[in-house]
Amino acid sequence: MAKNTLSSRFRKVDIDEFDENKFVDDHDEAADQQGPDAVEIDRDMMAALHIALRNPPINSKNPAIKERAQAAVLRVLTSFKSSDIEPAVKSLDKNGVDLLMKYIYKGFERPTENSSAILLQWHEKAFAVGGLGSIVRVMTARKTV
Amino acid sequence: MSYHSFLLEPISCHAWNKDRTQIALCPNNHEVHIYKKDGNNWSKIHVLKEHNGQVTGIDWAPESNRIVTCGTDRNAYVWTLKGDVWKPTLVILRINRAARCVKWSPKENKFAVGSGSRLISVCYFEQDNDWWVCKHIKKPIRSTILCLDWHPNNILLAAGSCDFKCRIFSAYIKEVEEKPAPTAWGSKMPFGEVMFESTGTSGWVHGVCFSDSGNRVAWASHDSTVAVAEGGKTAVCASLTSETLPLLCVTFITENSLVAAGHDCYPVLFVYDSNKAAMSFGGKLDVPKQSAQKGMTARERFQNLDKKATTDSKEAVLESVHKNSISQISILNGGKAQCAKFCTTGMDGGMAIWDVKTLESAMKDLKIV
Repeated sequence: MAKNTLSSRFRKVDIDEFDENKFVDDHDEAADQQGPDAVEIDRDMMAALHIALRNPPINSKNPAIKERAQAAVLRVLTSFKSSDIEPAVKSLDKNGVDLLMKYIYKGFERPTENSSAILLQWHEKAFAVGGLGSIVRVMTARKTV
Repeated sequence: MSYHSFLLEPISCHAWNKDRTQIALCPNNHEVHIYKKDGNNWSKIHVLKEHNGQVTGIDWAPESNRIVTCGTDRNAYVWTLKGDVWKPTLVILRINRAARCVKWSPKENKFAVGSGSRLISVCYFEQDNDWWVCKHIKKPIRSTILCLDWHPNNILLAAGSCDFKCRIFSAYIKEVEEKPAPTAWGSKMPFGEVMFESTGTSGWVHGVCFSDSGNRVAWASHDSTVAVAEGGKTAVCASLTSETLPLLCVTFITENSLVAAGHDCYPVLFVYDSNKAAMSFGGKLDVPKQSAQKGMTARERFQNLDKKATTDSKEAVLESVHKNSISQISILNGGKAQCAKFCTTGMDGGMAIWDVKTLESAMKDLKIV
């Protein structure tokens, strides 16, 4: 047997890191994107939604910031009454609807007992306004929320 | 508005001859078929067999009557009509991945091929060696080039790529042409120089088009947006996100209006307002079919609710002319300044010819500026 079958350290090397043709995204500095301020959220629901959707941590590479933002938005979304969802979505502009879709899909990734049903209701209303285009933009965006 | 179904397979690409009596298309295989129009029918008059891989791009030069084709076999051929037969000439592109799109320049002395090798091959004919030679534009392209369009000055080339950017390059070849005059995109144009690079849209750029004057460039990208950039001291970009599926091809029909089509199977009009630097949705350009409204019985209603969780009575049948995605759009009459007719081909193997005047009168709110 050949000598080099003894060591299998080569299996732990990530060959893609050394690929010279590897595509690297443009770096946009994260600056102050800290995600929405969790404290202000408890009051008026409509305002809460707008606050939650402000300052999305899109350029940030810090997973903690993204988690916090996602948790804050999810809290707002689940505390809405079903009948209030439609006017809330109507009050958002185009970019807001796209951003809301991104958070909704992020929420789908980690379902809890109640979240999926509420998120599906939000999804239906957001889809009525944003259409298939907003979903396509969630799928194709390089910078996720 | 007329529709002709050529095949059951997708039409990969098509090109028209100068007087629009013949169309060359690729029926999703290694060949190119040329059809001639006689009366209301189309008859196949030539079959061009030389490629070893699917033909991904065809362009027919109107003045010199030459056809250039490129395919996944990494080759391009220039076809000339000798008597009654099309004779191919191989062009060595020096690429190691498939070629994706090809376009003759306006003066027809060069053509550009976009490929998966992350570069554009600009080919010109060298008289001394009686041979097509190519030069590569590599930087800063980082992924496959999906679409190309030439500026009317024969020098600038717009390229849409899978690295989410639309760029304008200079393809100035000093062996075949004079130094160009300054344009809205810049004045220094050495070969391979990037005159403009888009920002703001993400998603693969599927279709790109210069306007008739060359001062504007429009591109459609996979995140369901269409954008127009206007050259100047600082390039002004305007983009529009849409609620539909991504668009695959786009073309200017006047200096301010664009028609685009894609996965939604119908062409759409967009209008660009340069004063506000904004784009707006002009309308859906499909002929609506009057679908009979049947009443639903209570039984059907509950069945629908059970099967599809919806009480909608809409059937899952496309009402558009094309029954599958439209992949290419080409201008037939009038040029990009005053287009009178344009043609679309798609994955349903059909070709539709659209008349702008009839569309304008059929759709009440449509205004083509």
